[in-house]
Amino acid sequence: MSLDRWRACPSPRAARLAAVVIALAAPAVAVAEVLVVRGDVVHTMAGPRITDGVVVIEDGTISAVGPAATTPLPANAKLLRGAVVTPGLVDAHSVVGLAGHLNQPQDQDQLDSAEAIQPELRALDAYNPQERLIEWLRGFGVTTIHTGHAPGALVSGQTMVVKLAGTTVEEAVLVPMAMVAVTLGDAARREGGDADAKSPGTRSKAVAMLRAEFVKAQEYRRKRALADASKHPDVDLGLETMAGVLGGTVPLLVTADRAHDIASALRVAEEFGVRVVLDSAAEGYLLADRIKAAGVPVIVHPTMRRAGGGGETENLSFESAATLRAAGIPIALQSGYESYVPKTRVVLFEAGLASVHGLTFEQALAAVTIDAATIIGVADRVGSLAVGKDGDVAIYDGDPFEYTTHCTGVVIDGVVMSEEAR
Amino acid sequence: MIQRATAGRLPAATDSAGLLSGWRRELDNAGVINSRIHALAVALVIAWCGVVRAADTATAFVGGRVIPVGRAEVPAGTVVIRGGTIVAVGPADSTPVPPDAQRIDTTGLVVMPGLVDTHSHVGGGQGGDASGPVQPDVRILDSINVRDAGFRKCRAGGLTTLNIMPGSGHLASGQTVYVKLRRVDTIDELLYRDADGRPLGGLKMANGTNSQKEPPFPGTRGKSAALVRQKFVKALAYRDKLAQAAGDPEKRPDRDLELEALVDVLEKRKIVHHHCHRADDIMTVLRLRDEFGFDVVLHHVSEAWKVAGALAKSGAACSVIVLDSPGGKIEAADFSLVNGAALEAAGVPCALHTDDPVTDSRLFLRTAALAVRAGMSRDKAIESLTLAGARMLGLGDRIGSLDVGKDADLIVLSGDPLSVKTRVLQTFVEGRQVFDRDDPEDRLYAVGGFGASRDQKAEPCCIGPALGGLK
Repeated sequence: MSLDRWRACPSPRAARLAAVVIALAAPAVAVAEVLVVRGDVVHTMAGPRITDGVVVIEDGTISAVGPAATTPLPANAKLLRGAVVTPGLVDAHSVVGLAGHLNQPQDQDQLDSAEAIQPELRALDAYNPQERLIEWLRGFGVTTIHTGHAPGALVSGQTMVVKLAGTTVEEAVLVPMAMVAVTLGDAARREGGDADAKSPGTRSKAVAMLRAEFVKAQEYRRKRALADASKHPDVDLGLETMAGVLGGTVPLLVTADRAHDIASALRVAEEFGVRVVLDSAAEGYLLADRIKAAGVPVIVHPTMRRAGGGGETENLSFESAATLRAAGIPIALQSGYESYVPKTRVVLFEAGLASVHGLTFEQALAAVTIDAATIIGVADRVGSLAVGKDGDVAIYDGDPFEYTTHCTGVVIDGVVMSEEAR
Repeated sequence: MIQRATAGRLPAATDSAGLLSGWRRELDNAGVINSRIHALAVALVIAWCGVVRAADTATAFVGGRVIPVGRAEVPAGTVVIRGGTIVAVGPADSTPVPPDAQRIDTTGLVVMPGLVDTHSHVGGGQGGDASGPVQPDVRILDSINVRDAGFRKCRAGGLTTLNIMPGSGHLASGQTVYVKLRRVDTIDELLYRDADGRPLGGLKMANGTNSQKEPPFPGTRGKSAALVRQKFVKALAYRDKLAQAAGDPEKRPDRDLELEALVDVLEKRKIVHHHCHRADDIMTVLRLRDEFGFDVVLHHVSEAWKVAGALAKSGAACSVIVLDSPGGKIEAADFSLVNGAALEAAGVPCALHTDDPVTDSRLFLRTAALAVRAGMSRDKAIESLTLAGARMLGLGDRIGSLDVGKDADLIVLSGDPLSVKTRVLQTFVEGRQVFDRDDPEDRLYAVGGFGASRDQKAEPCCIGPALGGLK
């Protein structure tokens, strides 16, 4: 066990392979291929909580969930115990892996400012699975993140969904292109705009540029579908991506905090018939009815996001998540983007604070497990403890949302990533 | 002397069951917020129109768990305050409540000292400008907006005393100021003052990367230390000239505000509040302290855990920041939540701070709770929010604990200070209520929402008479 801490982010598959190899080579060494996680309380997020429950994981997949007394347990399983067991946490929006902890040019790949609109930038090509913040988040029970290009440009690039495991992005990735990141508001503007119109100078200009891009993508899509291949336009990676958004396969992730920017997002979504997921939405509570009517989910700002004086987030509320959820809007919580210290937030903490500001315990936990997984499109794999789902589990020595509780175990795809109390 | 304002808001709930019962309901209903607007409107009218003499009125907080800090908790205790001062603390069954006292029933609640933040940037204050790296003459008190919404958020978080600091972009960015979070309209009314009426504060200094820039700022750590040493050498010579003149105006050197401030530091009339992160930067501060003999509190100390033994040997005090993650800049890359525990184990005096806006003043209690998560003891963590910080500001004899004779700065909490579920219900400064979660306006600042970051309104010191109210 003591050697585990020296292994940097063991990939689940590699570790499983290693386990097999070790088991074959030295049968005396007890390496569990089968894992049983037992908790005084198990929050499956797929049904009622189970008192004294177990989760059985075989070959990386959950094979049984139920009360300890009635669930048959496999022989020779490794046992992990805790007071509370939850699904591995799902962070619905982060930039970790593209943004590193040093906050120096060499580890900040979340935003390229050369152009206002660059939907062709793939998160996949910039993600560093060795980044220390990944290990940090995982230590607090986070097993899946939706990460990628940051707010700060009108269309900054693509996002993706990864597991916090693996030594390469190929091992980590669940969804290579999850959403296309759009920012409306001050962060995407440059004072006065650019002479070459690479960055918008005003809100109206930003929306005009976004609409023009969609119109271009519509034309591109139409021409690419022509029967006569000789009339097809050349492949354009950016328009190809936006065509995917128009086709409904990829949603726009629109970061907007001011109410009028949120309204613009809904207006553009309606005009072009594209799917939108709202991000942050500090003033979302001002137009909850419209968001609800548009059927748009919200990945709510980190509960503890700074409400700096005069900035776009000045009106955010600890109760945002509760207010939006009460209006019938699907919500999830996120760690968000941090430009300074601390370099990332932790969704476990954000959900904890939301749980005492209007959300119930179950609702807050759902906002960082099954509801988050649903909004980012991976609910078939993660977000709840159910047979057939990935073996991703977080274990705690008490109420997960209490500040003084520790996360005492983290499992991804059936591989124990950490047993250190954090 | 501290000025004690005698007119203004009513010092507390007049009805013992009154305002706090709304809290219990709010907590019972987990998430369904009942703001009791009608009762509050009445209370607000009384508060806004009423002009009472706080000095004449006693208030007793009866029945709650009392955390005095520095000594054992009282499971069911009474705290009596009068004239802005604590006059009794003890078990409820043996601590008499004066007959004229307003009783506040705190049964099921927690009463503890107001929180002391040793490192805050609330109020939009500024220190030195880009003209140079060492500007000890600049006072942040000349730039603070007391109506900044941040002050109301501080009171909502249970903070009653702040050390407001200029930033860390200079080797010496200016003089800090210690403020008491009274509800007033001018910075002068917020100040702590010494016996001669001079504002109390320290000197903000920094090393490491934040203060490294293009010349005339230093480009390296070695240059940083050299510039500071050069300035202190000058200040020593200035001090010597002052001493030799022995008050003779003919011999006295010309006044120099920069050097005067540094002489205050050398004479230990001002404490140096020193930003530092890396272990070697910490040791550099201690080296300069030993060379020039000033008092210092080391702030942030992200790598304190690496040199806890050396810190203990040095006798220096540390004010620690607690962050949700390491990094954000290179020198905070090895930040650890274990700092509080490591310093406690080594026997180093340890306070906590918000560095607001780096962490939110409304969540200062959380900072202590996370330190406990990483191994600090509960008692020391709570002391780090209160008495330890008070001592680091030289105010340990006046604030930071519930002891007879100390200022009546205290907070009423809904539960254990280290629980996420706990809310600050009421905040008192010198016996006067400065935050009440049942007040819709106060609640806005506590929770956030539309308008929560706007500057607060002026305090209604004068409209009572204008409206024909009581004088």
